[in-house]
Amino acid sequence: MTPLSALQIDKIREDFPLLSHATEQPPLAYLDNAATTQKPRAVIEAVRSFYLHDNANVHRGLYALSMRATTYYEEARQTIADFIKAPEVRECVFVRGTTEAINLVASAYALDRLGPQDEILITYLEHHANIVPWQRVCERTGAKLVVAPVSLQGDILLDEFKKCLNHHTKIVAFTYASNAIGTLNPVKQMTEMAHAVGAVVLVDGAQAVAHVPIDVQALGCDFFAFSGHKLFGPTGIGVLWGRAALLEAMSIYQGGGEMIHTVTFEKSTYAPIPTKFEAGTPNISGTIGLASAIRYLETLDQPALMHYEADLLAYATTALKSLKHFRLVGEAIEKVPVLSFYHPDIHAHDIGTVLDHEGIAIRSGHHCAMPLMAFYQVPALNRLSLAFYNTHTEIDRCMEALQKAVYLLG
Amino acid sequence: MTDLAALYQEVILDHNRYPRHHHKMIDATTRAEGVNPVCGDQLMVYLKINHHCIEAASFEGKGCAISQASASLMTDMLLGKTETEALQLVQQFKQLVTTGDAPATQQLDKLTVLAGVKHYPGRVKCATLAWHALEAALKHQPKVSTES
Repeated sequence: MTPLSALQIDKIREDFPLLSHATEQPPLAYLDNAATTQKPRAVIEAVRSFYLHDNANVHRGLYALSMRATTYYEEARQTIADFIKAPEVRECVFVRGTTEAINLVASAYALDRLGPQDEILITYLEHHANIVPWQRVCERTGAKLVVAPVSLQGDILLDEFKKCLNHHTKIVAFTYASNAIGTLNPVKQMTEMAHAVGAVVLVDGAQAVAHVPIDVQALGCDFFAFSGHKLFGPTGIGVLWGRAALLEAMSIYQGGGEMIHTVTFEKSTYAPIPTKFEAGTPNISGTIGLASAIRYLETLDQPALMHYEADLLAYATTALKSLKHFRLVGEAIEKVPVLSFYHPDIHAHDIGTVLDHEGIAIRSGHHCAMPLMAFYQVPALNRLSLAFYNTHTEIDRCMEALQKAVYLLG
Repeated sequence: MTDLAALYQEVILDHNRYPRHHHKMIDATTRAEGVNPVCGDQLMVYLKINHHCIEAASFEGKGCAISQASASLMTDMLLGKTETEALQLVQQFKQLVTTGDAPATQQLDKLTVLAGVKHYPGRVKCATLAWHALEAALKHQPKVSTES
């Protein structure tokens, strides 16, 4: 495979107005893609065009404009279903984001089915969105929350994970890729182990979708959640994929318009999936934006981009290791391009402020993973998270800024 | 872009490296813990108050340079102040770091070095953490969080 040249990356950057048309000095180096990604012109135009030419509510009107909006909305659903290789398009439910997707499963699947003898298994790597909903389920049902441990490198200890599984385990929820330290988990293997004890598996795909190809059938999981804004799409849109049989058997999530079949004051009946879980007017423009992001990605040489990101991560990792005193956190066997670190004498927020002054945008804090911070015994971490529009120069500038921070505050 | 030196002035760097009154106080008459869960800054403020007058002040804890320097400068300022004066100082300091305005510069004295924080809104809570804990200690509340 021909590696991408700097020129080719520059050309891709041109597609992202916020990155290529910025005029502030020092120039922005956006290294916080795990928080949210920048948007290509195609996505911005798709949203704009919808509001200029196609805006109407979906599924309701009998007039041409509404039918056009509905067509685009449902076509977007198909694009997304194809992107994750869902066996059926009706298995893709539109939600606000990964957090809402997990909450939907917790409230409409877990609450009805779990009891005091049951267990929910998560891991030490989880984002709060994949911890708190399950805690609530356990509080309300009497089920027990079990947490699979992680190695110091940040890998799930598979034999420990297996030991956590037993016939009481009803739900296993874990992340595909850790937002805090970049670990890429062996999802297929973990799913098989969970299925062997009869548990249902939910995978948090938020950090993985932008970096690895998704095939929910190959992964074997029962639920898959991700957010549009982490995939170069708009905020406020996400997807819960779930097996048709599971979704059909679930109680409703939110009640309201759209998701009903008939309503009387005595009783209401509900629409089939996925509409059953889509109460109210959806984020129509968000859906169209997300589909546009996927179509944009398909115009790029995705294997080459993955290779480039891996190279960039290796470059950044080597550079950081050569800076004295900075300690890396998270050196899993396989990673998405996330690099987290701390300095024993300088607080993460001070580092973040110095870097901000140099135009470098990184994340400083607990990364919505307080239990993981406690495991590594750090109050906070600094995190670089890369995308294919980042460059070696940006990483060089980041390293220079880190040295400046040490000079100022060390 | 504001000069970073306006935030990390020498006085601040000095108080971060060599914080004053940075120790536990066994015979404190009141104490309170301040926590910023967003960044992990945590400190305990101790006061020894006699006849409504602050005889001694100290702090313990770990955090970013701004929070540590602010706590150190604060404990330096409190000695000999009455409880009322201390509470007034809290309000004046909060105003300083959010607006950059110092109503009575004389009273804030060295604390004016933290005026630069107003250009870094993300760091205001770092600067005010010790002061929230001070307020809690004066009101005999055991703990305060920046997120409540």
